[in-house]
Amino acid sequence: MDIPNLIAGSIRRAVAEVFATMLSVELGPGELVNDPALPEPPEGVVSFIGLAGPWVGTGTIMCTPALACRVCSQMLMTEAASVNEEVLDAVGELTNMVIGSVKNDLEKELGPLGLSIPTVIFGRNFKTKSTAASEWVVERFRWDGDEFLIKLCLAKNEKHAAPQPIGHTLPVDVKV
Amino acid sequence: MESDILVVDDSAAIRKILQRVLRQTGMAIKDIHEAGDGQEALELLKSKTVQLVLTDINMPNMDGIQLLATLKGSGNWKDIPVVMITTEGGESRVAEAVKLGAVGYVRKPFTADQIKEKLTGIL
Repeated sequence: MDIPNLIAGSIRRAVAEVFATMLSVELGPGELVNDPALPEPPEGVVSFIGLAGPWVGTGTIMCTPALACRVCSQMLMTEAASVNEEVLDAVGELTNMVIGSVKNDLEKELGPLGLSIPTVIFGRNFKTKSTAASEWVVERFRWDGDEFLIKLCLAKNEKHAAPQPIGHTLPVDVKV
Repeated sequence: MESDILVVDDSAAIRKILQRVLRQTGMAIKDIHEAGDGQEALELLKSKTVQLVLTDINMPNMDGIQLLATLKGSGNWKDIPVVMITTEGGESRVAEAVKLGAVGYVRKPFTADQIKEKLTGIL
């Protein structure tokens, strides 16, 4: 089974569906990023959500503050000029819907997976690092002039014997 | 008769979207109340009478399944129809909700038409 291809295809389908349904935006197809060790932007919004079960992993959305505000404005039909609670909440929900939809696709091949509650971070000069044993699948999307990344890594859970508690994720360090 | 609806979701964004979408359906709705999790919902129900609960499944403190089980196990609230709104497409949690007495579920992302279709016949 080609897990990275499965994930990449699922991310593209999920992003198209969520943007069309919740933001009324028709996005172009995503583009697979072959260098997951991309330099991180000096300022940004990053949202994480964990997957657990026979496979464990993390899904993330990374975007600029401007794009996060645009997502919020489009989703809630309200003006968002700067990153605030409402913007972070909108990005968290976007992550929940996109990665949740990917999870639903993956479950058909990998068995039942749990989804954690998203965590959203906004700041400057921070680095993210995952200790995951598997490679990240990274898809880049463009919304007019703005770019955003959707990343997901998934590894077989060798310790899986029974359903894991929701919230069990691969650890991700955030250094500010 | 106009109905009161309780929307339960930890995401303020989704609560706001549901407020808008429910109004767009053109259904006879009086008030739409909001709660951020199951505990808040139960507190609110002590002082408000609602004809429908729309609840997310995956929430902190008390999730939608726990809320549903509490409502269906109570004397006062067991007859309130509950519709689950969730990203969960997996059969297990949805089946669990239906077994506990949920009248249906709507998968996120959703459209106003999907919400209206699901609620027609319930309200």
